[in-house]
Amino acid sequence: MSSQPKALTFLTILSAVLFLGALWMVFLFAPLEAVMNYVQKIFYFHIANAWVGMLGFLAAAVAGILYLVKKDLKWDLVELAAVEISVVFFSITIVSGSIWARPTWGTWWTWDPRLTTAAILEMIYLAYLLLRQGIEDPERRARFSAVYTLIGSLSVPLTFFSIILWQTIHPEIIGGGNSGSVGSFGMTTPMLLTMFYCLFTFSFVFVTLFWYRIRLGRLSEQVEILKLKVME
Amino acid sequence: MIPFATSIKFMIGGYSAIFLMLAVYLVTLVLRWRRMKRDMQMLENIKNDPGEANKYQ
Repeated sequence: MSSQPKALTFLTILSAVLFLGALWMVFLFAPLEAVMNYVQKIFYFHIANAWVGMLGFLAAAVAGILYLVKKDLKWDLVELAAVEISVVFFSITIVSGSIWARPTWGTWWTWDPRLTTAAILEMIYLAYLLLRQGIEDPERRARFSAVYTLIGSLSVPLTFFSIILWQTIHPEIIGGGNSGSVGSFGMTTPMLLTMFYCLFTFSFVFVTLFWYRIRLGRLSEQVEILKLKVME
Repeated sequence: MIPFATSIKFMIGGYSAIFLMLAVYLVTLVLRWRRMKRDMQMLENIKNDPGEANKYQ
């Protein structure tokens, strides 16, 4: 495997700098929310993780379509990378949301439509990672995975729009018209700026990790090819 | 209103969980990369000199 591309090194440094900037924005720039105080600061990273998690699941579906059209295994590798990273980011979303919920809602978890659809979404993709391991033939595995991510991606808009479709306790940040929600707050301009900065930063972090994970997949592929050559 | 002490405790808990999960994933990426590189090197050695295979058994 060739040495690390300069663009990836640059992206890594940029992501680290942006990440430090995000911490500064969250802890020193964004004002304290009047009712929830400090715990509201979880919101900025919670929403950013959810954003990149969902984005990655959709990217996996696109890679799945590209595999089905082009029958090139490199798209399977891209799809797996997108799912793996998104599962991590979405797990962070669920855990951080649960920690935020405890002092705000008085419970770690409730089977509210948003939380339920988010949990189902996460489980769909965890199952994807497990099921893939059970298929030996690379072509069959790639075909199965492509169809799975395509169908699985339907749960992304369902999770995103669940707060509009059903009455839910989960705050609706953009739009904010959900009367039954608990933990809503008025977004001031510095809060909005911090939120968008975090979304921007995590998009960069996602792209960087995505690139690293694709490189790992390619290296793993090369090792498998070499193994076969040695065994001949 | 959420009491100050409770609020700060949960904020620290939340960010600790976020950093810990991100760090664990980064570590798994690095470890997997290193393992693949090691395997690659071992296979290259065996390919160039089949006698090397005895070393790894």
